[in-house]
Amino acid sequence: MKNVSLISAIALVAATAGSAQAQTLEKVISEGVLACGVSEGVPGFSNPNSEGVWEGLDVDICRAVAAAVLGDSDAVRFSPLTSSQKILAVSSGQVDMTSRTTTWTMKRDSSEGVDFTQVVFYDGQGFMVRAESGITDANQLDSATVCVTTGTTTELNLADFARAQNITIEPVVFEGKREAVAAYESGRCDALTTDASQLGAFRTSFIDPEAHTILDTLISKEPLAPLVAHGDNQWKDIVTWTIFGLISAEELGITSENVEDLAANSDNPDVQRLLGVSGDTGGFIGLEGTWMKDVIASVGNYGEIFDRNLTQTLGLERGLNAQWNDGGILYAMPIR
Amino acid sequence: MTQITSEADTKTFEPLAARGAPTRQIGPLNWLRKNLFSGWLNSLTSLVLIGVLLWVLPVMINWLFLDAVFRGNGEVCRQSAGACWPFIYEKIPVLMVGVYPQELIWRPAVAGVALLALVYLTFSDRIRGFVLISAWLALPLFALVMIGGAFGMTEVNQSLWGGLMLSILLALVGVIVSIPLGVMLALGRFYGSPLVKALCIGFIELIRGVPLITILFMVSVMMPLFLPPEMIINNLMRIQIGMIFFSAAYMAEVIRGGLQAIPKGQTEASLALGVSPNRTILFVIVPQALRHVLPPLIGRCIALFKDTSLVIIVGLLDFLGMIKGAALDPDWLGFQTEAYFFAAFVYWLICYSLSRYGRALENRGPNGAKR
Repeated sequence: MKNVSLISAIALVAATAGSAQAQTLEKVISEGVLACGVSEGVPGFSNPNSEGVWEGLDVDICRAVAAAVLGDSDAVRFSPLTSSQKILAVSSGQVDMTSRTTTWTMKRDSSEGVDFTQVVFYDGQGFMVRAESGITDANQLDSATVCVTTGTTTELNLADFARAQNITIEPVVFEGKREAVAAYESGRCDALTTDASQLGAFRTSFIDPEAHTILDTLISKEPLAPLVAHGDNQWKDIVTWTIFGLISAEELGITSENVEDLAANSDNPDVQRLLGVSGDTGGFIGLEGTWMKDVIASVGNYGEIFDRNLTQTLGLERGLNAQWNDGGILYAMPIR
Repeated sequence: MTQITSEADTKTFEPLAARGAPTRQIGPLNWLRKNLFSGWLNSLTSLVLIGVLLWVLPVMINWLFLDAVFRGNGEVCRQSAGACWPFIYEKIPVLMVGVYPQELIWRPAVAGVALLALVYLTFSDRIRGFVLISAWLALPLFALVMIGGAFGMTEVNQSLWGGLMLSILLALVGVIVSIPLGVMLALGRFYGSPLVKALCIGFIELIRGVPLITILFMVSVMMPLFLPPEMIINNLMRIQIGMIFFSAAYMAEVIRGGLQAIPKGQTEASLALGVSPNRTILFVIVPQALRHVLPPLIGRCIALFKDTSLVIIVGLLDFLGMIKGAALDPDWLGFQTEAYFFAAFVYWLICYSLSRYGRALENRGPNGAKR
């Protein structure tokens, strides 16, 4: 514990010392490339594909920021970061931003020299059951056996959930995720619990994915958000508002296909503002007026990114990540 | 047959009937008797091992070949009980070079061919001495230029280097730099003035006192915090330096063992012949010492190559990192076994070749079995 606080203290000193001159925007523009930290491999979030090109939701957020700042979604240098490096790499300036399935917590945001920008994926611990079991809600898991990995918050969350719901759940504990998944697939347990985004990936690897359902119930909050170094407010604004822009674009129905058309013909003032036809939204954060147009033309809106990376490949539902007017909690602040 | 008779003794020499030719010691049955069943303990071991093989081999062969899928995609593979080889074919480029731009893949390929050619020339003993050493010194430089780009070739940032290429590069540069460094540290510890000796001992013991993972963490995570922002050395370079230090400390101790094995008479004889002390060390002592410690030295090289797989914890996607990444591709989920099997095979192939070469080297030279 002492070590951790020492490291964070050093990180904070380094970050505050760095922030005085760290004008990340200028640095990115002068280098012509955005250094973006991603994870070393999480299906659907960031992973090099067979052509050696990074793909995933987290990766597309980096590409969106690169498109907003540099007008080129390929001007990104991806650095795979391990979980222990993800905070230090951004607070010490090795990368300009980190987009790496990082849960937004108070401790990280306040005491580790980094700032979170905006949630790009609301994850949470969920359950997978066999479709034939007829279970549709986690409350129905009374006296069920559930495969779970040992020593993780996953196991504690499960116990808390059972106590809160006043049901008995019999956990079958495994050392690793793979073992837990294999045990569930072979019929050892009635249900499997881990983060909902990973349940989707595991289901894809089953012989018959259709025979398993992922329940809508989530029993923990894991808001995943990109982070930037503490202290460079302009840069934080750029990343935050690029994400809001992606979400707004979906809300307004702007896609990578119709963006040119809408920019030329739309009468909707919100669309005009977002695409830089009227007003100067880009100027507020030191970018070109057409910043969002470049972003949407190259990576699409939030819905397209989600669909491409998570729905088509892993069969993940939007769930909480749907728009606020569509049953989810995705709510972009107004861009004007 | 000549008959020898003696006048004193009337007994005539009668030769015994010629013995039949010795039973042939070749043929499968005799081979079995000689090699597998030459005593009850050996017989028992052989039977147990044969039992294990009979138990494991059919399963392996089924999985590897009979039930395996050789053509198709993830969907086809998931329906089969055997291995999924299309997954490996498809992933070969990224396993070899990571996220390196694929249109420039010929550049690391050229460097790879140069490496293979040099390995062939070295193993087959066609080049020796000065040529050998300078070729091996030049190879990493050539590879770095080809991979990184210089002299007008498109520059490829080091964050894009990965796969087996990165593992080999880390090990190759590590070995080539750490052996001379290790020799210097060993000489410093063995012959140096008290100050030099203390410094060398301090360095060696400090590095040997911490695990490689700690060193990698220090250079990768902590070092940037202590350096001014203008002096950002890239991650790969820092990790390479960390590995060189680690390897050099161990090499130094191995080489010191060799230095201690050289009898004092060697130094005295050389000095008596008027050779200067420095030349004595460099041309009389060190070569003999290195020859003495060849087996552990080769062992260290193999260990260093295997240690490169640890860089995954500091976010470099080396061969093992790409193996893990490939197994997490949404299109090919669920083929971890194939991925790790392939990884094990490649590591084994490289390490086994190195150890064969090491054995061949030991057999050479004046103390060797043949020359």
